[in-house]
Amino acid sequence: MAYVAIADRDHEQHLHDPQSFVTKYIWSQDHKIIAIQYSLTAISVGLVALVLSLSMRLQLGFPDTFSFITPGEYYQAITMHGMIMVIYLLTALLLGGFGNYLIPLMCGARDMVFPYMNMLSYWVYLLSVFVLLSSFFISGGPTGAGWTLYPPQSVMPGTPGVGGGIVLMLISLVLFIVAFTMGGLNYVTTVLQARCRGMTMMRMPLAVWGIFTATVLGLLAFPALLVSGIMLLLDALAGTSFFAPAMLSMGEESRHAGGSPILFQHLFWFFGHPEVYIVALPAFGVISDLVAVHARKNIFGYRMMVWAILSIGVISFVVWAHHMYVSGMNPYFGFFFATTTLIIAIPTALKVYNWVLTLWRGNIHLTVPMLFVIGFIFTFINGGITGLFLGNVAVDMPLSDSYFIVGHFHMVMGVSPILVIFGSIYHWYPKMTGRMLDDRLGRIHFWCTLFGTYAIYLPMHYLGILGLPRRYYALGDTSFIPDSAQAMNAGISIAALFVALSQMIFLFNLAWSRKHGKPAGGNPWNATTLEWQTPQTPPVHGNWGKDLPVVYRWAYDYSVPGAAQDFIPQTMAPEDVPRDVGSTYDGREGAHA
Amino acid sequence: MVAAVGILVLVIGTLLFHFLSPWWLTPLAADWQSLDDTLIITFWITGVVFVVLNGFLIWVVIKYRHRPGLKAHYEPESHKLEWWLTVITTVGVIGMLAPGLWAWHSIVTVPEDAREVEVVGQQWNWSFRFPGEDGVLGQVGIEEMNPANSLGLKADDPAGQDDVLVVSGELHLPLGIPYKFVLRSKDVLHNFTVPEFRVKMDLVPGMTPYVWAKPTVAGRYDILCQELCGIGHFAMRGSVVVEEEAAFDRWLDAYPTFAEVQEMAAPNVAMGQAQFAVCSACHGAQGEGNVLLNAPKLAGQAEWYVQRQLKNFKHGLRGAEPSDAFGMQMAPMAATLADDAAIANVAAYVASLPDFLPPATVQGDSKRGQDFYVTCQACHGAAGQGIWSMSAPRLSRLNDWYLVRQLQNYKQGIRGAHPSDLHGKQMRLVSGVLRDDQSINDTVAYINQL
Repeated sequence: MAYVAIADRDHEQHLHDPQSFVTKYIWSQDHKIIAIQYSLTAISVGLVALVLSLSMRLQLGFPDTFSFITPGEYYQAITMHGMIMVIYLLTALLLGGFGNYLIPLMCGARDMVFPYMNMLSYWVYLLSVFVLLSSFFISGGPTGAGWTLYPPQSVMPGTPGVGGGIVLMLISLVLFIVAFTMGGLNYVTTVLQARCRGMTMMRMPLAVWGIFTATVLGLLAFPALLVSGIMLLLDALAGTSFFAPAMLSMGEESRHAGGSPILFQHLFWFFGHPEVYIVALPAFGVISDLVAVHARKNIFGYRMMVWAILSIGVISFVVWAHHMYVSGMNPYFGFFFATTTLIIAIPTALKVYNWVLTLWRGNIHLTVPMLFVIGFIFTFINGGITGLFLGNVAVDMPLSDSYFIVGHFHMVMGVSPILVIFGSIYHWYPKMTGRMLDDRLGRIHFWCTLFGTYAIYLPMHYLGILGLPRRYYALGDTSFIPDSAQAMNAGISIAALFVALSQMIFLFNLAWSRKHGKPAGGNPWNATTLEWQTPQTPPVHGNWGKDLPVVYRWAYDYSVPGAAQDFIPQTMAPEDVPRDVGSTYDGREGAHA
Repeated sequence: MVAAVGILVLVIGTLLFHFLSPWWLTPLAADWQSLDDTLIITFWITGVVFVVLNGFLIWVVIKYRHRPGLKAHYEPESHKLEWWLTVITTVGVIGMLAPGLWAWHSIVTVPEDAREVEVVGQQWNWSFRFPGEDGVLGQVGIEEMNPANSLGLKADDPAGQDDVLVVSGELHLPLGIPYKFVLRSKDVLHNFTVPEFRVKMDLVPGMTPYVWAKPTVAGRYDILCQELCGIGHFAMRGSVVVEEEAAFDRWLDAYPTFAEVQEMAAPNVAMGQAQFAVCSACHGAQGEGNVLLNAPKLAGQAEWYVQRQLKNFKHGLRGAEPSDAFGMQMAPMAATLADDAAIANVAAYVASLPDFLPPATVQGDSKRGQDFYVTCQACHGAAGQGIWSMSAPRLSRLNDWYLVRQLQNYKQGIRGAHPSDLHGKQMRLVSGVLRDDQSINDTVAYINQL
């Protein structure tokens, strides 16, 4: 039987219309509800990580003042902070949250293609979060092995949480990967199979391109983490020695022999480096859409942007060992991985140029989302530049494992995507709730976050150049660290407290505007993409009413010469486009006009 | 407009911070100018990019901010512009990568005339081994490791007989001679870092990675572990002293070869007993301790620890601090022991004394102390039994008033202040967990129950 596209057999589709409160809001199969469930869970667990980071910062800033954190607890805090932020907040929020919300709406689908599996994905994710957090309540507490969980240390005495903590961490990761795979297969299939009529791949908004590519990366990269996690679990519980060679433990020979710690690192970073782009690419995509909408201009170099996303995705699989320049692997690998790493900088730099060139000759509305766009471009330039230091093997050697790398990855993978997330929430909250977030609170939140985070991370780079080692509970006496460095550390901690407090403004805004925000209408930003063209706001189950939308143009027909308005929705047929009097513009897709 | 000003403030702030901040590379002490040069080149290239890109961003935001009547330009793409940007970026990347790979080539190419030294890491100490006359490091094995052979050399390997064993966290190196550091871990991952040398590399159990450096400036530098290796990671410190070759030779001569260690006569307990007569005046005939004379109980303490402390007292690593009144009393006593053999004899005798449980004198909340002890037990053991491989002495069944005093001494920098007393330095770092006297008393109260 010939294949018929999903969009062409819309009338055959059965939507699982919710019958009760429980199926509508809890066991929901609606991608929008699942997106909100994912987002709220991720933000909640992110708040736990935020509190953990404050306890670390208090110790580092004021090492002789607070007695509530011991070295063991400090290492548990850095481990859980890192893992939560990277996996359970950023990955879950950008793919499970944004991916779920945006893909069907932006592609013109009624839902994900496998709604039941989508629901399962969320509930398994929630379970993985509970398993992770439960390690705080067991004897010995969570693992303190660092978020990279490097064996043999992570499974040997001398590391906090070596009994139950590491086991719960690994089980939680396995569950997370199961959840991600169920969601990820959905996102990929939906993008490939369920786009509405007229929505060709090269008409998709870059947000969809970014999320789609990131999901493919995730489906290819997470298996490496899965197998290494299971092998490590066996080392910890079953007495295998995949990653554990013969060694001394507490004065006695350990029961292990023959394993390779470096093998784990290769597996971990084969996942871990694409993971950076699993977080970055959705952020790249989303920011491209925000910049176009709020500058009233098409994204500059759309085709180049798509190719940049794809080539970054491919190259990201051959750069992993730049995390391992000083790991003891064969040092000749350094030549290869330094070269691939600096090559990946080129498409990344082109993306930055194109964002700025989109603003160039634009009509920049300095809305709150646009402020976050500008803040993101600034922090990403900064974080990208320091990546050129660390990717270049000879420059990395003095800086590796210092505060410099802490500053770098927080700028590029912490602050940058989080600014995108904030900008996106200010941008799409009106669609999700029907109400605008408060503008003034948004501006205060933006400036506090941008300046505050920069005050935290800029000085770290310089402390790292000086040689301050990361993952030190206390610096103590050294021959090379002056007292001024400790004073700076205290200043950084104060900035961190300030940033954390200023996030309360955001949380308050989220809650308050839900009831009291200005009514938004269906398309408050005058945007072209499909999610703003839904018949209801917020969109109801099934998204599109009786008929699926039909797309006539790419996602970026802003300020087309001859058109009467400065935006033409993707659903608007050429003959319906209002034109300037006397214009020769025929209303066709601007890119090809 | 506010947005543009905000970004401008950040850019100017960044530049001011860069030029005014007091934190920069430590003075280079090895022949790695090429690494520093690559870093500086990278700073210049990326610095220009930072200023130009952000400058353009600021200008664009000012010039094209929304005003009534403004309409955006419509231009989907510009192949020419994108092509030029790709070319310029590629040139910049090559400008950084080429010197970087060039420098890396030097890193992976160990000079033929480089000498070798083995750096041995363990939770949470450093030791070192020189290959001796034959220039070859002997074979080692985990199964060989014990308090008398902590580096685990194989007795039947002829290459190992002349290896010089430096079981101490202090390494000396001669000026101007390239050294290949062969890195070995006894347990988990560690990382050998000397900030002033620039190079660093992980120690991986089951493998022997290496780095090399030629020290060029005399001085004392810190060795740091920079790979998370457990709870004591931050306290895993060593030091390296770069000095003239003659001084280095004298230093190295003081350390025994593996053959000498093996041939060392077993300590003579009877001779140790004779020499213990001096000690017993304060510490008691059975090493039972005397609180009135401030002399702690010795019976039950491990032999290797008594030896190390006697040497520390004798060589001024302990008991030289003027504020350490009781240590100052002990130092001249230890000096009466003529040589290492005498010290070994006394330590052997002390180890033979019958152990007993001394009375508890310290009051504290042992429940609270148990929480603090979680940190201590990583080295000293869950039962306070002491673990030789951690260089951590026994804590249980000691005089509790002595423990309190030592913890206070560590906290106040009275003990562990000597730059060569690296174990003491470690305790100074870790004792920071106990913020006040109450915490010390609580911890000792818990140790009393062990």
